[in-house]
Amino acid sequence: MKPLAPISSTARVVLGISFFVLFVAAWSYATFGGFVSKTFLANPWTMLQDGWLLLVKQGFLHDIGMTIWRVIGGFVLAALFAVPIGILMGAYKPIEAFLEPFVSFARYLPASAFIPLLILWAGIGELQKLLVIFIGSVFQLILMVAVSVGSVRRDLVEASLTLGARDAGVLKRVLIPSAAPEIAEILRLVLGWAWTYVIVAELIGSSSGIGHMIIDSQALLATGQIIFGIIVIGIIGLISDYAFKAANRHLFPWSII
Amino acid sequence: MSKLVIDNVSRIFPAVRGGTPTRALEPTNLSVADNDFVTILGPSGCGKSTLLRMVAGLDTPTTGRILLDGKAITGPGADRGMVFQSYTLFPWLTVSENISFGLRERGVSQRERNDIAKQWLEKVGLTSFANHFPKQLSGGMQQRTAIARALANDPKILLLDEPFGALDNQTRALMQELLLGIWERERKTVIFVTHDIEEAIFLASRTVVMSARPGRIKADIPVDLPHPRHYTIKTTPAFSDLKARLTEEIRVEAVLAAEAH
Repeated sequence: MKPLAPISSTARVVLGISFFVLFVAAWSYATFGGFVSKTFLANPWTMLQDGWLLLVKQGFLHDIGMTIWRVIGGFVLAALFAVPIGILMGAYKPIEAFLEPFVSFARYLPASAFIPLLILWAGIGELQKLLVIFIGSVFQLILMVAVSVGSVRRDLVEASLTLGARDAGVLKRVLIPSAAPEIAEILRLVLGWAWTYVIVAELIGSSSGIGHMIIDSQALLATGQIIFGIIVIGIIGLISDYAFKAANRHLFPWSII
Repeated sequence: MSKLVIDNVSRIFPAVRGGTPTRALEPTNLSVADNDFVTILGPSGCGKSTLLRMVAGLDTPTTGRILLDGKAITGPGADRGMVFQSYTLFPWLTVSENISFGLRERGVSQRERNDIAKQWLEKVGLTSFANHFPKQLSGGMQQRTAIARALANDPKILLLDEPFGALDNQTRALMQELLLGIWERERKTVIFVTHDIEEAIFLASRTVVMSARPGRIKADIPVDLPHPRHYTIKTTPAFSDLKARLTEEIRVEAVLAAEAH
């Protein structure tokens, strides 16, 4: 191996899959080999059986649907709010000076700590779940978008000024298009974090969702179901990640040439 | 009447953290006639780029004023086109869209924009690259597009800040010929900043030599070589004489600059 030397795409796929294989092999060895008690960790086969039962008998698809809708709902709400504010903060220094200290402070407030308060305010309905995700993502998004817009190359802005661009033109036709691929990348990253918040929100005071199933299974010591739920989250995350990447490649062909 | 008047313009950059303020440019006077091609020659750090940026309106003079057609410059505008040393094409726009950026900002219709972009693509020899993105072009092609982008806007004056500084020697020579050819046809007023003596002579009808920091104008030398100029002019005695003279002027300053650093 040489530092930074590229590898072929086949090798990349083979290596990527082989770690999954290795991981499952180690898990099988630990469980089938009897090194870990069944009570604490189900083996892969039990996990698949439990998962199948969950899907066909216990309406787990509905839980998955609920969770996805909450993540997307809360995340879209946060993005609709955060992206414009972040762009304005990045572009206009007085707005940045006004909002940045508060947003930086709010960013460190853990969304999960708001759950009791949000239950008091919004009950245990869907609004409360959306709000947890909203609070968890919105401040991160604002700051990251602001940094990305604020660090647009100065010489591009200067070039646009010498071509006759005015304030609105600089914002609309230089700052925003220049920062757009990075903003899309930020959205992809924070969507991953939103998945953490949704499960936390569903662990408390919920009657549906993947998180709800996981906490129910804990009471029944059904570790196979818990692991199945976690894996489902991972797979959905992987799919949404690839979808985001493909969309970005399609939307911003100039940035990856 | 002069197209551009630089009247007693100086620039002092304020002190940073208890240091002393930097005198980038001593009070400077310079007049540029309409349709003239003036090159500003000087060692690095002599304030020549600072002077050009102030003409562009991207920097503000500490003293003095700059007049274009008798009107004081207060900020950047479409009447002064600029080509930078760094590659400043908008990476998200195609070559053709880059060229028509300024027209778009001024509200020119899509059809007219396309027509003008097409003409300029032809003038800089990039017609077959109209729909490429800047990243797909070589450095020389990018700077050709940048020149076309600045000129498509039909500015009163074209400012170039070492535009060929990052190019290899062969490409640089070709670019000089291209730019000179455009100027010979279009007769724009041009200010071209460079530290390359040969480039300064080949392009100019007048070369202004600047001293090492703090910058001031040291010599103002007319270049009376006939137009249209062919690259072979670089080997004529008249060219060599000018080169020898400018080399002497600039060498003294380069030595001073090297000692100061």
